[in-house]
Amino acid sequence: MEKTRENRIVFWLFLAPVLFAFLMVVVVPFFMGIFYSFTSWSSSARVGGGLSFIGLTNFTESLTDPSFLYSFILTFIYTAINVLAINIVSFALALLVTSAIKGRNIYRVGFFLPNLIGGLILGYVWQFIFNNAIPGLGKAWAFLAPLANPDYLILADRNASVLALVLVGTWQYAGYIMMIYVAALESVPVELHEAARIDGAGGWLRLKNITIPMVAQAFTITMFLTLVNSFKQFDVNVSLTAGGPSTMFLGKPIFGTELLALDIYNTAFLANNLAQGQARAFIFFIVLVVISIVQVRTSKKREVEL
Amino acid sequence: MTERKRESLALEILSSLLFVIFLLPFGIVIINSAKDAFSVTQYPMKLPEDWTQLFRNIANIWTSPNVQYQSSFLSSVIITVVSLLTITFFSSQAAWVLVRTKTRASQLLFLMFVAAIVIPFQIVMFPLLSWFRIVYQATGVKLLRTYGGMVISYLGFGMSLSIFMYHGFIKSIPYELEEAANIDGCSRIKTFYSIIYPILKPIHATVLVLNGIWIWNDYLLPLLILGKGNRVMTIPLAVSNFAGAYVKQWDLILTSILMAMVPVIVFFLFAQKSIIKGMVQGSIK
Repeated sequence: MEKTRENRIVFWLFLAPVLFAFLMVVVVPFFMGIFYSFTSWSSSARVGGGLSFIGLTNFTESLTDPSFLYSFILTFIYTAINVLAINIVSFALALLVTSAIKGRNIYRVGFFLPNLIGGLILGYVWQFIFNNAIPGLGKAWAFLAPLANPDYLILADRNASVLALVLVGTWQYAGYIMMIYVAALESVPVELHEAARIDGAGGWLRLKNITIPMVAQAFTITMFLTLVNSFKQFDVNVSLTAGGPSTMFLGKPIFGTELLALDIYNTAFLANNLAQGQARAFIFFIVLVVISIVQVRTSKKREVEL
Repeated sequence: MTERKRESLALEILSSLLFVIFLLPFGIVIINSAKDAFSVTQYPMKLPEDWTQLFRNIANIWTSPNVQYQSSFLSSVIITVVSLLTITFFSSQAAWVLVRTKTRASQLLFLMFVAAIVIPFQIVMFPLLSWFRIVYQATGVKLLRTYGGMVISYLGFGMSLSIFMYHGFIKSIPYELEEAANIDGCSRIKTFYSIIYPILKPIHATVLVLNGIWIWNDYLLPLLILGKGNRVMTIPLAVSNFAGAYVKQWDLILTSILMAMVPVIVFFLFAQKSIIKGMVQGSIK
């Protein structure tokens, strides 16, 4: 009897710190947020007073706001290209650094390096590259002169800026995803490849019929990670383009490269509409959950089929 | 044989080319940190004429009141270290009681923590600010703009994944180990700290690496909790304040970026193996 009592005390004692933190920063704000998204919450309103309940207005206003719809579509496009780019690049890199080349370890470290630095800082580095270093090439060499033309600045063009975001995102993340593929590739038994080679199977055939099915589980993980992280992209967006250049959508001038996370932030702090920012965050959350569930489901199914 | 040799030579050339391309942005940061304001904008792709400019720029950033490099670095270290200590300490003990207690409450709590992994920061960040303000008004405990607010936030947002990882590892530790200690009259609390906690070493490393890289580089959470123009600043905040306010001063911005990157890269080169291993294992779990 003494023992179970002690166990129960220790159980709650050991859980107390994490439970406290969890309540403080996750549970309470989560439910407050749901409540706020149905009110006229703004930063000028005193907490407790001046809040009025306005039903679904924040949601309907968000869903009819061109800048939010635009961010939504843009985030989907960005995520699709980014997921594809990261996975292709990192899988190719993984094949390279697991092949029989010299200095594999140095290559791995080099490709992994950008991942250690925060997206915010990397975004500034690339802002300098696009705005100064590349035009600098045009100034230095006559045959590259168009690069120095201010009309051709990459970050001054909307579509090019989105691709610039993809480029930086891929450069930052590919090394990490590569390491997950490397772990999977190294677990494929060498005998399988040897046997296939003896049977006369070429490189492409072995890749298709041995390597890819054997690392199917890694694909589930990498697809999930890249999907979720691309969808949540914020840091690089802030420092590389800050949402610019502007463009027109549904007759309204808006930020041309503003992804959802930045749109949520700007709605709350630039437009000073916390309640609507919260409603958008809520929609963002729901979409994220749906994407995650669908993605893991379909990948798991494909894994079994392979 | 010759064909295979030629093939591997081609692969080596390709790899080294890609290697150079991947590291080129770092090279551009380094060469331009060694230039003055004029040549950084005029000749960004040329090698610097006078490398000693690098030291002048570094000295400039080191003492600049606009960057506050020294105090930001110190704040980043304090926030990261204290957060990591609390995360590993509290998450591992929580995971242990969750594994070893087979009650409804235990299962429910674990499920709740795991479910919280998918919650994006965006959905709690605005109410978090007003909640911290309410706490201050009600109790006088200041969480906004303080280390305390940062550490409790990182514990709250970092614990879910950490508990999940400890949970998986502790399940594989045989219970007989604890039973033996129990029979010897060891209390539950002592059992954990003297027997289980040391066994968790490999998973501690994974948890430290995953959370460490995240916390050190994080921008949004310190931006909201600490705010701009605060005495307490992290390195990403300091760089963004500086780069945002002095858009044209690329020589110094790039130097500050270099000084933000070097500590991380040095640390990485020392603990390279365990960092890569930790990050890969963290993702697979």
